[in-house]
Amino acid sequence: MTEVVSTTPGLFPLPDWAKDELADLKGRQKGGLVSGDESAEITDAYDRARREIVELQTDAGIDLPVEGQLRWDDMLTHPLSVADSVETRGIVRYFDNNNFYREPVVTDDLTATGDVAHELDAAGELTDDGLNAVLPGPYTLSQLATDEHYGDEAAFQSALADFLASEAEQFPEVETLFLLEPSLLESPPGDGADERASEAIDTVAQAADADVVTHTYWESHGGDGALDEKVYAHLLDADIDAVGFDFVANHEDNAYLVGEYGCTDDVALGIVDGQNTLVEEPDEIAERVEWTLANTPGTDFETAYATINTPTFYLPSGKFEEKLAALGAVERTEVKA
Amino acid sequence: MSDRPADNREQFRPAEHDNDHFLLTTVVGSYKKPKWLDHARDLLEDEDTNFGDEEWEEATDDAARLITEEHERSGLDVVVDGEMRRNEMVEYFAERIDGYEFNGRVKVWGHNYFNKPSVADEVEYGEQWLVDEFEFTDSVADRPVKVPITGPYTLASWTFNEAYEDDAALAYDLAELVNEEIEQLVDAGARYIQIDEPALATTPDDHAIVGECLERIVEDIPEDVRIGVHVCYGDYSRIYPEILDYPVDEVDLELTNGNYEQIDVFTDPEFTLDLALGVVDNHTAEVETVEEIKENIKQGFKVVPPEQLTISPDCGLKLLPREIAYQKMENMVQAAREIEAELDADEIDVPVAGETASADD
Repeated sequence: MTEVVSTTPGLFPLPDWAKDELADLKGRQKGGLVSGDESAEITDAYDRARREIVELQTDAGIDLPVEGQLRWDDMLTHPLSVADSVETRGIVRYFDNNNFYREPVVTDDLTATGDVAHELDAAGELTDDGLNAVLPGPYTLSQLATDEHYGDEAAFQSALADFLASEAEQFPEVETLFLLEPSLLESPPGDGADERASEAIDTVAQAADADVVTHTYWESHGGDGALDEKVYAHLLDADIDAVGFDFVANHEDNAYLVGEYGCTDDVALGIVDGQNTLVEEPDEIAERVEWTLANTPGTDFETAYATINTPTFYLPSGKFEEKLAALGAVERTEVKA
Repeated sequence: MSDRPADNREQFRPAEHDNDHFLLTTVVGSYKKPKWLDHARDLLEDEDTNFGDEEWEEATDDAARLITEEHERSGLDVVVDGEMRRNEMVEYFAERIDGYEFNGRVKVWGHNYFNKPSVADEVEYGEQWLVDEFEFTDSVADRPVKVPITGPYTLASWTFNEAYEDDAALAYDLAELVNEEIEQLVDAGARYIQIDEPALATTPDDHAIVGECLERIVEDIPEDVRIGVHVCYGDYSRIYPEILDYPVDEVDLELTNGNYEQIDVFTDPEFTLDLALGVVDNHTAEVETVEEIKENIKQGFKVVPPEQLTISPDCGLKLLPREIAYQKMENMVQAAREIEAELDADEIDVPVAGETASADD
């Protein structure tokens, strides 16, 4: 019997009041964004917003709440934005979306900051449930950041993996760590790079004292829609507890992949659409969980994380809250695995 | 079949233009709203006041008059009203198109948000979009007026699509509506239309969709009407040279923000359209000096000769403090005029014309 656990990949939208208050405090230009040494007023606003969204998850019935990553102005590159030896330069497009982040340029040896650990400390005080920590995966981070120090792609990715591992080592006790790796689909690693991506993920996973989920999302560029088969096969070599799939973007190819190559002992099922305002009904979500578990033959997952497929900072707050409530309301007993 | 690029640039050269060379100076469109206009909007949205549609119209007329004049004072050859009546580049249109609904703000970057709409039903032409705006601006402006209009691909992409099978189907339906609007604008006298397609810089697979949209948009639009397309913030190598096939006269690009790292993308193959080059950064509050802007303008000569070069900011100036936005425009125009004079005096090498590039290019 598979245990279904509800959670999300984080990066929540700010509550509307916090959008206004923080814009007033920080301005709307590149210069005012989070750098790791925010003023007391800004910190206080984020603290209140964090409390609100942790309570929101508790009220919705989400099993594993996240901190929410409300401070991550630069989305997945946030851990670099607050690190020494990183310059944040012009704004650049975030994948293929109408979102932008400051280009992080690594100019010297990277050292961990404890910034994410600090956020998790704060979130831990707000809930009795275990936390789901969120970090960018090392491959995705290497695709989003620019290297002006390490010299080649392999060395850069390896340094980023060590950096993320050091961040993870500072975490307080958390149940799970979601390593977000959309770039495995968005710009799939080729021969050799696929194996290095897996090794880098392994480096971070080894350092984390938690169940590690490498969560992938969006559709593949130029591929069949799902993870490239070789990329997936290498990913399974990493010492991770679960792979996460975006079943909203592509359910059939992802199911095929799991059926063909097997999977980790646990799995994360992205079955709520974090990219659209159509709100799913709880029984619709339950059906999607059942479908995926029924259509991945040869698997017997211990835990299936039922999750929103992508981060949700790009949803209006109201629709985001409705989706969270729908996910939390899924009657786990009705999910027949 | 549309025959563009067409020879429609000279109509914008001011009669009193001093130099033989003419670098058409303009802006992308949006401009910082006067604070009192923001207050007026607050009043309009507050049901407890007696500030209604009539008062709002008077306020937006005043603002449009003011900013159009501000653009003219800076010396721009082609002006815009700063989009004083528009709240946002997708929202404004979505509010006027049947089939859209709104669910709240979403993040674009940092603390910049927009009220991203959802398409909940088939789109249909509702109330008119821009004809009144153009007629008013044209009536108060001494210089020619450009009309920026958000393109169908961006209107489709930056929308939550709940009604169409895919974004392409939605974009094609929207392209018909944009065509309808542009025909009305042309009938009203508009001679310079800029299709804003910032979403074009995103998905390489969608070039054909954007091209198909543009074909529908420019169908039956006379060639003396200048058609530009504005693109910003993306990896241009993914859309070049495909954009050269678009039925437009001019492509307007953001390049200052990235310090012209991507300029070489456009050198091969030959850039056959006019290039509207971003020469000031709309996301920094530091005003570029005339000398700095002149160097930026020279970057354009790597791609096109002066006859094909239009000078503009990277993107809309609406997020900058007004005095800074103004100073950027004024410096930009002065830089363009100085470059023209230096071109007249044969003091500048134009690499794209086959001349030897100077060492500092």
